[in-house]
Amino acid sequence: MTIRFVLNGREMCLDVAPDRRAVVLLREDLAVLGPKEGCGSGECGACSVLVDGEHRLSCLMLAAQLDGREVLTSEGLGDTETPHPLHQAFAAHGAVQCGFCSPGMVVAAAGLLGKKARPSREEVRRVLSGNLCRCTGYVKIVDAVLAAARVLRGRP
Amino acid sequence: MPQSIPPRPSPPHPRADGLAKACGTERYAADLYPPGLVWAGAFRPGVAHARVRAVHTDRAQAVPGVIRVLTAKDVPGTNLQGIVHKDQPVLCEDKVRHAGDPVALVLAESREALVRVLGLITADLEPLPGVFTPEEALKPGAPLIHDGRPQGNILLRAVIAKGRAAQALRRCPVRLTGVFHLPMQDHGFLETQNGVALLTPDGVLEMDVSTQAPFRDRFEIGHALGLSPWNIRIRAPYLGGAFGGKDGATVQCLLGLAAMNVPGRPVKMVWDREECFLAGYKRHPATLRYTLGAEADGRLTALRCRLVYDTGAYAHLGGEVMELGLEHAAGPYRIEHVRLEGLAVYTNNPVAGAMRGFGVAQASFGFEGMMDALARRLDMDPLELRLKNALRPGDVNPAGVRLTSSVGLVECLETVRTHPLWTGRRQWEAQAPPLTRRGVGLAAVFNAMGYGRGLPDMAVAKLELLEDGRFRVYSSVADMGQGNASAYAQLVAQDLNQDAGAVELLQPDTERCHPSGSSSAGRTTYSFGNALLKACTAMRVKLLSRAAMVLMRDELTSLELAPGRVVHPASGRSLALADLGRLLSRDDRVCVAEFLMPVAQDPPKTGTAFPIGFPHLFFSYAAHLARVEVDELTGRIRVADYLAATDGGRVLDPQRFHQQIEGGVAQGLGYALMEEVALDQGRILSDTLSTYLLPTSLDLPDTLSLAVDGCEDTGPRGLKGVGEVGMNGPLPCLAAALASITGQRPDRAPLTPERVLRALNRKPRLRKQA
Ligand code: FES
Ligand code: FES
Repeated sequence: MTIRFVLNGREMCLDVAPDRRAVVLLREDLAVLGPKEGCGSGECGACSVLVDGEHRLSCLMLAAQLDGREVLTSEGLGDTETPHPLHQAFAAHGAVQCGFCSPGMVVAAAGLLGKKARPSREEVRRVLSGNLCRCTGYVKIVDAVLAAARVLRGRP
Repeated sequence: MPQSIPPRPSPPHPRADGLAKACGTERYAADLYPPGLVWAGAFRPGVAHARVRAVHTDRAQAVPGVIRVLTAKDVPGTNLQGIVHKDQPVLCEDKVRHAGDPVALVLAESREALVRVLGLITADLEPLPGVFTPEEALKPGAPLIHDGRPQGNILLRAVIAKGRAAQALRRCPVRLTGVFHLPMQDHGFLETQNGVALLTPDGVLEMDVSTQAPFRDRFEIGHALGLSPWNIRIRAPYLGGAFGGKDGATVQCLLGLAAMNVPGRPVKMVWDREECFLAGYKRHPATLRYTLGAEADGRLTALRCRLVYDTGAYAHLGGEVMELGLEHAAGPYRIEHVRLEGLAVYTNNPVAGAMRGFGVAQASFGFEGMMDALARRLDMDPLELRLKNALRPGDVNPAGVRLTSSVGLVECLETVRTHPLWTGRRQWEAQAPPLTRRGVGLAAVFNAMGYGRGLPDMAVAKLELLEDGRFRVYSSVADMGQGNASAYAQLVAQDLNQDAGAVELLQPDTERCHPSGSSSAGRTTYSFGNALLKACTAMRVKLLSRAAMVLMRDELTSLELAPGRVVHPASGRSLALADLGRLLSRDDRVCVAEFLMPVAQDPPKTGTAFPIGFPHLFFSYAAHLARVEVDELTGRIRVADYLAATDGGRVLDPQRFHQQIEGGVAQGLGYALMEEVALDQGRILSDTLSTYLLPTSLDLPDTLSLAVDGCEDTGPRGLKGVGEVGMNGPLPCLAAALASITGQRPDRAPLTPERVLRALNRKPRLRKQA
């Protein structure tokens, strides 16, 4: 079947098998490798993407469900040349160790900050609770999200 | 503390890998999908112990999209993998010994075809009686997991002895005994085991793989598959976590075998999460029995213990893990008389191997549990008791090694002693909300660094001046997330007085880098960093002397390195490194230097059963404190505050230091609170992340990590490895906090709500000490 969607700001029009999972479509067919597959069953959050601004797990979605949507991954928020404040904060605050969870964390945090400019530490922890990180113990991730929120609020 | 190395300003060096990883542009092995990919997967019958009568692959071979189905008879080499002991088949031929053992390997054109085919293979198995605990395995007449071993199911038995423990114990005025049970833990790294391999037209097996030991992998693959290690090239990109679980072959031999069967085509193998649980290595479950003897004033006199580690179906690093546990079994204390006995025992359980805290995380529950019980028995402040017995520089440790290395345990304990979380603990406990009990626990822990005596802990660093005047570090120790690669870049930038951006990193590649051992044992920054600093020294001399020719100065000391240049301050003249880079030949732009970790000079005459890895000379130390709240109705433990004071020598970069501690504590809290691989007859019941629970952001506290000021004279810039020590504190610390509430030392981990409730109901609240 043919699907059309916007991926990180680019219009896409593709032929996909109806049972192709979204995470496979992104990673293998489109080489968008920020979303990682840590479990394939909705338990780790590494495959997080934003679909119309909502935090979704791409391993639990079919490619067909992306039709007509706007999809954002960590790459869509910025790159190393022009990083998003969340990227910068993650790097500056030591929120990244192995980094396998990081693009998903960034996306989950972006989803939160899109709705709430001034979240509490507790709220950040709650929103990130579906995104596992085995390396950091989360302290510096929460620090980074709060720091990025401050930067984003300070923007004109 | 020796202070011979002058303190250097340490400007904050953000990790070299942080931004690209956050943006999602860093490439892991899992991100490689070269064109023309073949998908490989293993068929694992899921039976813990059985004879293999036949493997039926005919139906599978006929499926469209299937390239080949291989079995043991297709393996060209010894078909045996293993790091020290080669006892683990790549594909099992006559017998399966645990539920994750593979008997067939499928090569398919697509991942869909692969999945379909794996469901069509069947194995004709004759079940054998299994053994699922070391106790069963040690019984006379127990079924043998490996035939033809004179020691039966015992992989390794060893004793570390000093003084006369039995006699001394009889004389001790205070004697305590304890038994401790520890669960199997999974590493829980997010990037599962995976890699991509290709057999090139000139017969070289190339592999990009998520591995901690690229150089050693060549030998393991070569041995198993009958290949020359020199015809194997391994690249190890940044790993998505490992924690010991990618030390030793995971996918490597299977992938190599697959690639040999489709020459010229890349083959990818990725274990899914279930396979990662089933076939991946685990932390050894263990049972520890202790008898501790002390004087009435709390001085430790004698200790006997017996540690039994369940190594599962194959040796992997079971003997070495047990060794390190045994070497730490008496804790970071002065004890004159010890007799420590350790066993690593085969069972039909999943294979246990290396995991952060390598055998020591288990032993820490034992020795700190005993210390806590002793404090309670003597009605002594648990911190004072530890201070009284803590190892100090120059002491002989329980394994009989004189500590000529840095020892900062007293400073760690003092840091906790004066911290408000400790001094204010009584008041905090007294303010517990209704239906909540509060308790505070303490633990003193340590962890060895390096391979230990008998196995050279060596690193060889290569540093190149690039033609554009920047530098490239050929890292040969994989970075599994701990940030050692960034540390290398920082060391070079600081040593050669260059901007951080002037140093680039090449991740391990056995063809371009020099062998430097595995990413493990808290050695990665110490060993390679030392080698790298020597390479920097050589590079500095080279740059100055080559520049001297151009600048026509015969006094090297009149020249200095500045960012991007060699300068002659007296005349104001200078030469750009980019010019030097173009001036010099490739050979002349490279410096290679090596470093060998020192070992204990007068090794004690004990532990003779250990062929390698005993004893160790360098240790990191820590004192941990936990404040916990227990819900009286649910039994749930909430860790309100956690403090870790760590002696890791001098801190090179505070952020990376605290990352390691916070991460180790997080994994340790998981071990303490919730993590346990549930098994039934060797089969894993918890094989998903919804049945094997890892701590989430709601389960963990804002851990506070403090570094005590220390300096290890032999370390690069005075540092020691801190990757492991943080893991060892949380379980004993939480157990002590719980015991301060219930009056009873928990003897089984994890401290699940059911166990906590049972402990709460069994005993009325006891008087608090100290
Ligand atoms: S891969 Fe989607 S939640 Fe784990
Ligand atoms: S940084 Fe490794 S899983 Fe989060």
